[in-house]
Amino acid sequence: MNLLTIVGALPLISTLLIALIPSKSTELIKRAAFGATLVIAGVSIFLATGFDKSVTGMQYVQSNTWIAAFNINFAVGIDGISLVLILLSTILVPIVILATWHESDLGRWSSKSFYILILVLETLMIGVFAATDLFLFYVFFEAMLIPIYFLIGGYGTGNKSAAAVKFLLYSLFGGLLMLASVIGIYVIAGNQIGATFDLTQLATLQIDSKTQNLVFLGFFVAFAIKAPLWPFHTWLPDAAKAATPGTSVLLLGVLDKVGTYGMIRFCIALFPDASKTFTPLIITLSVISIIYGAFMAIGQKDVKGLIAFTSISHFGFITMGIFAMTTQGMSGANLYMVNHGFSTAALFLVAGWMMMRRGSSTISDFGGLQRVTPVMAWTFFIAGMSGLALPGLSSFVSEFLVLVGTYTRYPVAAVIGTLGIVLAALYILIPIQKVLHGPTTTGNENLKDLSLQEKIAIAPVILIIVVMGFYPKPVLDLINPTAEKVVVNAGFTDPIAKMGK
Amino acid sequence: MLNAPILIYSLIAPILIVLGGALIGVLVEAFLGRAHRAAVQLTISIGTLLLALQQIWRIRNLSSTTAAVNSVTIDKAGIFLQATVVVLALVAVLLIADQDNFVAQASAVPGSNEEKSSLQEKSQQTEIFPLFLFAVAGMMLFPVAADLITLFVALEVFSLPLYLLAGLSRRRRLLSQESALKYFLLGAYSSAFFLFGAAFLYGYSGTISLSGISAAAGSANNVFLLIGLVFVSVGLLFKVGAVPFHSWTPDVYQGAPTPITGFMAAATKVAAFGALLRIFYVGFAEEQALWRPLITVIAIITMLFGSLVAIAQRDAKRMLAYSSIAHAGFLLSGVVALNKDGLAASLFYLFAYGLTTLAAFGIITLVRDSSGEVSDLNRWIGLGKKSPLVAGAFSFILLSFAGIPLTSGFIGKFAIFSAAYKSGNISLVVVGVLSSAIAAFFYIRVIIMMFFTDPVNDSVSVIIPSVKSRISIIVATVISIILGLMPSLLLNTATTYANFIK
Repeated sequence: MNLLTIVGALPLISTLLIALIPSKSTELIKRAAFGATLVIAGVSIFLATGFDKSVTGMQYVQSNTWIAAFNINFAVGIDGISLVLILLSTILVPIVILATWHESDLGRWSSKSFYILILVLETLMIGVFAATDLFLFYVFFEAMLIPIYFLIGGYGTGNKSAAAVKFLLYSLFGGLLMLASVIGIYVIAGNQIGATFDLTQLATLQIDSKTQNLVFLGFFVAFAIKAPLWPFHTWLPDAAKAATPGTSVLLLGVLDKVGTYGMIRFCIALFPDASKTFTPLIITLSVISIIYGAFMAIGQKDVKGLIAFTSISHFGFITMGIFAMTTQGMSGANLYMVNHGFSTAALFLVAGWMMMRRGSSTISDFGGLQRVTPVMAWTFFIAGMSGLALPGLSSFVSEFLVLVGTYTRYPVAAVIGTLGIVLAALYILIPIQKVLHGPTTTGNENLKDLSLQEKIAIAPVILIIVVMGFYPKPVLDLINPTAEKVVVNAGFTDPIAKMGK
Repeated sequence: MLNAPILIYSLIAPILIVLGGALIGVLVEAFLGRAHRAAVQLTISIGTLLLALQQIWRIRNLSSTTAAVNSVTIDKAGIFLQATVVVLALVAVLLIADQDNFVAQASAVPGSNEEKSSLQEKSQQTEIFPLFLFAVAGMMLFPVAADLITLFVALEVFSLPLYLLAGLSRRRRLLSQESALKYFLLGAYSSAFFLFGAAFLYGYSGTISLSGISAAAGSANNVFLLIGLVFVSVGLLFKVGAVPFHSWTPDVYQGAPTPITGFMAAATKVAAFGALLRIFYVGFAEEQALWRPLITVIAIITMLFGSLVAIAQRDAKRMLAYSSIAHAGFLLSGVVALNKDGLAASLFYLFAYGLTTLAAFGIITLVRDSSGEVSDLNRWIGLGKKSPLVAGAFSFILLSFAGIPLTSGFIGKFAIFSAAYKSGNISLVVVGVLSSAIAAFFYIRVIIMMFFTDPVNDSVSVIIPSVKSRISIIVATVISIILGLMPSLLLNTATTYANFIK
């Protein structure tokens, strides 16, 4: 059996293991879940070592007939872009489990269900990035909503069930629009080359521009809801506020990446002409997202809300990089997806610890944490700095690449986007000042610093953020060939810098 | 000189067996002692249905347009639909066998002493079984009927028992009887419409056979055709609960005994859509320019209306009634598609939807308080905590209705919409996905009520189902799950069997 399929199936198999453990032995369940996900992370890294960087096509390809009547195959395979996103998922899951060890204790249901949901979600996340069959992708894309819905609604805080429903309905609406497009492209394929869902074959279709625009929009709106782009973003802050920090990490860190990933894999690869038509609109929406997200973040009083809105701003950058249609922008956007995953994880996890200790998520309730809990303060500081793309930390490289890549084609958008960086300094530095510095305010005097377990959990994330800031080459080497291929296949060449103008 | 008609008994055996079983049931009801009646009736029903299924299996590769002179056409699609009806009936009969849903003595006036004493004596009458078998026989005849008179006869054969069955609820009897009367009156109107249309079609083509009507295309008076077509369609659209002929659906679904509602919702749809498909695919295919726009419009308003009005429902059975209206709209998209894919998709959809519906109503029979079944959704709050398994199964069924991937409902929707798209009806696809999105809202709201809301102090609980109900619900749910994961099992069969002959 294909190693990729094994990586995808392992979490699902682990759920069986966990199902056998009696619900009362929560500690054992947690350990089993952590152990299993750690093994999966290991296997996925092993998978990455066997990946041939010089090949731009799909690797670890496997294809089995699933539904013969529609020529639907269980077809999986990875290229550079999907590999890094799979690694992001498999590495984040054990970290999340370790970091939020007690997250499931206060839920509506047992810890057992919590970890089963997490593991099912992991399978679906790997599946969604590995699918090379459009139908299979759609199935994973939609099925992913169900575990997240139960994770938010069952284990979250505050107005959780409303937030879970809002999330689900938004996503379902987008998904159903996409279904119409999936059906459309399936029928068009049936008329031209025979019914198929194979992505490489679908990319060869000749679709007239009117149909192409409509089908493109079906996909794009679904993805723009997923990786929330203004004005489709309103579900995200609610969901992030209601979800537990661990769920938020998976939601913002990995799941929302499916949206941006989908834009690259489907919107641009399948409908290059329509992509061209809509690029100005999408770039505009991206710029609005960058600025709007940043302003909203500045105004947030809630830590989780703050992180959610910074993410909207960052998704604006990613989308802008993708639709700039330059190799630099594309690579930058891809790298940004990975970096944003880790820096959001760091922010959410540390914020989660702070909230757990203080019993509040309001920024103004904190103050002077630097004196009381120096380690926690420092990790929050580094995570925050990564969020504002400080040079030397990972996000800087990707943000820089995106802006440079965009500037060559859309200088105005890039310049306005740069304003987002300035605002980022505000939305990160103000809370950091309030929370970490100054005199320790009442209620914060007796907070405990990070435990050993928490330190172990956050260390790899901080390490990745720092290392990727100085030496992003290994990841860029994986991404670059594929990114270049996407841009070239879509019929774009990098604009030559307009010298002397 | 009158010649005896030539019947090919081997081909119509499945229908005859079920009719025979029904007649035996009547005799049992009349002559057998009360003590063993229920058990014997159940055995007869199950035995008859299994035998019929075996006979259908035997004739699975045969076909003939002259199975009963020119009135019955046995072909692939007809066999598939008959098999679907019988399978659904087998699942339904186990639910129906739980007799505490039914009035002990139908003739007793509600609230009278007679009623009380019949309940105390436990003198449960079992006429539901033969009635049920008659309805099944009619439903088996309906999709294979090849002329308008046979269609009408089949329509009445399965409708009349259903009118009666709808009035047999043990609890809230007045509501049940009211619903039966409504169903009967509106059903009678729709039958009249059908007959009126049939007369015009005869006037148009000079024949009552569907193939004859199809052959007359282009050669005769189109006004007659249009009038006939419209009225015949009204009769059939009434049976499937399409808007604007849907108004009976919520009342009857709510009033009828829940197992009967389940059977009606599942099997009547199969039979009626089977007949609709045959009439439009065989009889009117040549005149498609005339009816496709009409049915398209009806499909669109049916989908939207069903999904929108379902949002406002607070009763599980009424909600499922409106949801079934929306599903009728989806199925009409398969009729409009008018291609082999559309037929195959409809066959798959009918089977999958029928089983899911039976499971849904089966579960509703389990949720009760001291006075009986509780279908008020507000009282289902927190059910997930009290009985996670039942609530989980019901959630799965709702997700399947909503068409979430990895459920049979999704595959059915995909199949039917891709067929509609293929035939060029993109508007149907767009409205279809939009109304699916609307529909998702109320399905999910029920899941929230069951799982995300704490139970209030209320006496609603899930009873431990009898073995029969348990088998029925488990079988229906498990097959639904399997069809979601491995739809090929049925899709391939549906594709092979998607064939009408003229």
